[in-house]
Amino acid sequence: MNFGSQVLTLIKLEAKLEWKNRQAVTSLLVYSLASIYISYLSFRQVLDPVTWNALFWIIMLFAGTNAIAKSFIQESKGLQFFYYSMLPPQAVILSKIFYNILLLGVLGGINFFIYSMIFQSPVQNNEQYLLGLLLGSIGLSSTLTLVAGIVSKANNNAALVAILGFPLLFPLLLMIIRFTGNAINGYSWAINQSWCGLLLLLNGIIIILSYLLFPYLWRE
Amino acid sequence: MTTKNNSISRSWWWKILAIVMLVYTFIMGFLGPVPAMPIINESIRNLYFHVTMWMAMITLMFVNVIYSLKYLSSGKLYHDLVGEESARMAMVFASAGLITGMIWANFTWGAPWVNDPQLNGTAATMLIYAAYFILRNAITDEIKRARIGSVYGIFAFVMMFVFIMIIPKMNDSLHPGKGGNPGFNKYDLDSNMRMVFYPAVIGWTLFGVWMMSLRVRLRKIEEKIHNA
Repeated sequence: MNFGSQVLTLIKLEAKLEWKNRQAVTSLLVYSLASIYISYLSFRQVLDPVTWNALFWIIMLFAGTNAIAKSFIQESKGLQFFYYSMLPPQAVILSKIFYNILLLGVLGGINFFIYSMIFQSPVQNNEQYLLGLLLGSIGLSSTLTLVAGIVSKANNNAALVAILGFPLLFPLLLMIIRFTGNAINGYSWAINQSWCGLLLLLNGIIIILSYLLFPYLWRE
Repeated sequence: MTTKNNSISRSWWWKILAIVMLVYTFIMGFLGPVPAMPIINESIRNLYFHVTMWMAMITLMFVNVIYSLKYLSSGKLYHDLVGEESARMAMVFASAGLITGMIWANFTWGAPWVNDPQLNGTAATMLIYAAYFILRNAITDEIKRARIGSVYGIFAFVMMFVFIMIIPKMNDSLHPGKGGNPGFNKYDLDSNMRMVFYPAVIGWTLFGVWMMSLRVRLRKIEEKIHNA
């Protein structure tokens, strides 16, 4: 089995396990819905587009942390041992990252839809905003997956994911809020494309670093 | 525990150099000539005691990331010890830089904390390294702690670097010499300040490395006593 198909198999396995135990996905969805609704009850309406955007990304940040924190924790020791003995660690981390991108991308899409309905959407360029959502999901998932891997080797304390992850997400959040803020204002692609390039670069750096560093965590 | 590292940390010439440079910095920093600039006035002398803190901090963070990489490739706990202690010393210098900066800003900008790229960068850096120590303290096994700490240290360093590179693109700085503000070199035609600034950078950096190496030696002695 070559590397690509190993990664694909692992992603499928991950999805199957998730589907078997649907409670985890449902709880994620309820968590985001509850956070959006709490925001609605506390804000009632958000007139300022900057606040609208910031609130959305804060909800996404917490939803993402919650979704990804469990990605190594929920596994049994037996399954981890199976991975360890059968597969290269790089395949494990890449499959987890790609699976989490899918998960967070879908979750982000649902969040965006509901959030735009509850708080009137000021977004003028929806395509660009959705692209931003995708780029943000990639960045959030790849950073938090490695952090979840680190925490799983520490003492599996879920609060540690937030403590370790949030400071590392500052550059990503700053850039993504700028990018999506431009999409809200309906700026042309010519202005926003440099931010898109920077975000792609940052995501690339994070994924390459995870690929290089994860084997050191894995070995025991 | 290579003999080479020990011989450098035990040789004395660079410690003498650090002391000489710092004595020179304090004397010339407080008494030497500085250009008369509006608003900044005599507080321009903070250049020797504030900016130099960042230089020492960045140097120590480079030491941290280099020794983390070294640990991952060699597996020697000594490398991890140097990495950890350099991060600790970097935090000390970050705090010192923050305090000197905030006192200065209170007089010059009228507020100790403003939305400035440098300040945000520092806040992020300090949070990242605080998280690094929290992670290390959460792990009891020595070897595991070293390995996981090194992985986080390398990842955190890269993210911090990206943050520091990105953030000036977001908004202009209020710092002298940035965002269209008059800098030091523009007014400092006879380079008087440079004659103090460069030795101050060298002095504080060497001082930081010295303190770090002392901490490393202390930790090694503690370990020996503990094991005996």
